Amino acid sequence: MARRDTRAIGLAALLVLAASAARAGEGYGIGRPATAAEIAGWNIDIDRAGDNLPPGRGSVDRGRVVFAEHCASCHGAKGEGALGDQLVGGQGTLATAKPVRTVGSFWPYATTLFDYIRRAMPQNAPQSLSNDDVYAVAAFILNLNGLLPADAVLDAHALPAVRMPNRDSFVGDPRPDVR
Amino acid sequence: MTDDDTGAATRPPSRREFLRASGAMAGGAVAGGLAGRAAAAEPAAPDAANLPPNVPEWMKAPGEPMGNEPYGTPSVYEKGVVRNISKTLKQYISASGRTPLQDLDGIITPNGLFYERHHGGVPTIDPAQHRLMVHGLVERPLIFTMEDIRRFPSQSRIHFIECSGNPVYTRPYGKTASDLVGLVSCAEWTGVPLKTVLAEAGLEDGARWVVAEGADAAALTRSVPIEKCLDDAMLVYSQNGERLRPQQGYPLRLLLPGFEGNMNVKWLRRLKVTTEPAYSREETSKYTDLMPDGTAREFTFHMEAKSIITRPSGGQKLTVRGFHEITGIAWSGHGKIARVEVSVDGGHDWQTAELQEPVLTRALTRFRLPWHWNGEPAMIQSRAVDETGYVQPTLQELLAVRGSNHFYHNNAIWPWRIDAAGEVTNGQA
Ligand code: HEC
Repeated sequence: MARRDTRAIGLAALLVLAASAARAGEGYGIGRPATAAEIAGWNIDIDRAGDNLPPGRGSVDRGRVVFAEHCASCHGAKGEGALGDQLVGGQGTLATAKPVRTVGSFWPYATTLFDYIRRAMPQNAPQSLSNDDVYAVAAFILNLNGLLPADAVLDAHALPAVRMPNRDSFVGDPRPDVR
Repeated sequence: MTDDDTGAATRPPSRREFLRASGAMAGGAVAGGLAGRAAAAEPAAPDAANLPPNVPEWMKAPGEPMGNEPYGTPSVYEKGVVRNISKTLKQYISASGRTPLQDLDGIITPNGLFYERHHGGVPTIDPAQHRLMVHGLVERPLIFTMEDIRRFPSQSRIHFIECSGNPVYTRPYGKTASDLVGLVSCAEWTGVPLKTVLAEAGLEDGARWVVAEGADAAALTRSVPIEKCLDDAMLVYSQNGERLRPQQGYPLRLLLPGFEGNMNVKWLRRLKVTTEPAYSREETSKYTDLMPDGTAREFTFHMEAKSIITRPSGGQKLTVRGFHEITGIAWSGHGKIARVEVSVDGGHDWQTAELQEPVLTRALTRFRLPWHWNGEPAMIQSRAVDETGYVQPTLQELLAVRGSNHFYHNNAIWPWRIDAAGEVTNGQA
């Protein structure tokens, strides 16, 4: 406990130092300002609240087409997994001897699905899908997992509202946990 | 795969040289009393013409001219010392290759043998076209060129990096030290403290996390607590004196000493200061630790204290009775190694091993214990204790708490079994 407190004080002091050094203009004068347009082009992070989700929308129906065209070759026609991870199923298996971790059974936030597919998938051509198609294929994967109806359409409002079944099963790091 | 460590100008050895090389490698190892895997094949007899009292042939003619090899490579007789890369992976774009720990000495991993783990392949990045963007909760969002980064005051430090899945908890257990824990390596890194760069941008209120992103095809993203960023985190551009290897993030990588390898984001292009973590795929779907009750631990950053005997170790063979040095490596993400204990009797008695200086924080530490093998079966193992007093646990102790679905952060003691013939195998198998 005592150690925690010291560390917290240390952090506060560091933050003040870092901020004051910057405010006093004591920096090295290295680097140039990043413009809003430059930041917007690179900042593709979607947090769990869905902040920064782009405009656009996509339906489960459209997602079925996108998936067949761009994803099924590695993830299987129904997301059952092949060269790429299994994307569907596994609910109820996490506490068994053979846990199956998928988007449906394990992922805490649906927003991460948009973030990850846009930045990293399809693995052979990342960042090639339109935002509409990323919404659509995310909707399709969630539908395959029973988390969205077949007539669903996802956009910046609807995606963060999808509640993932495993959301409350994550805990902090209690280590050291042995001895 | 390892196109980084082949000097283009190297003359390929002739068939004769090559045959001689394999013979000498095996012969030499056996003469030392410890045979490696390469020597398991029939050792070729050394050519008597090169042995005393004769003068060896390489003294009777000049050797290769200077400059034959502008970028030096190991002796042709060391061709077998390469990364341990599985031949049966489903795909090699998101995959790992291991350091051959049992073939190395000291604490520094040669750059060509540093373990690799990529999630979208290894990008080829022109440093002149690489940029680092710092934005989010900062007073001045900034963009840096690589020249900019190198203008900051620099620092060099020796630290290990270890993949958190090293090894997993389930069978089959690896045959060699590399199979088991080859996803750890150690280098001297040069770069700029991250806190210096963050101060340049100026942190705003609410700055609690820094989200780091790589410029690879996975745009790999991890969130780092601000405490670490303002402590010993670095932005590094050099590794063991030369620029980073592409497999290690050329031209720029985040270094978080003692934190799981995946967070040490390679090909670093963006740092976003935030209040909340990103909850990226790599910190939710992966790099979380499933417990027997179905809950999962998240944000498990530290690599806890660990050690492994690298000689004698699995796949090797003691060919003579008598003196053998037991040696290995120990490390802890929580600081310095305080002590390493070695047991040669299956874990009943433990002796304190000698630690080779320097013993550095969050770096590999080499340990040694002199030992006489009497030719009887033995079980040898090492146990690390770090400066916090933490003691490396057994696999059984870990499994009892975490279960075998846990996947990451297995830092178990790993015993090697030596049979009467001197063959060394995995003691858990
Ligand atoms: C060339 C093969 C390939 C294609 C095509 C592909 N993927 Fe993947 N995908 C992979 C691999 C391999 C992984 C695992 C990557 C890793 O772990 O680093 C993966 C991982 C994923 C994951 C993360 C799974 C998890 O549980 O963590 C999702 C989601 C995903 N892909 C969705 C898609 C979608 C959607 C498409 C089509 C737009 C697609 N993938 C196309 C190979 C592919």
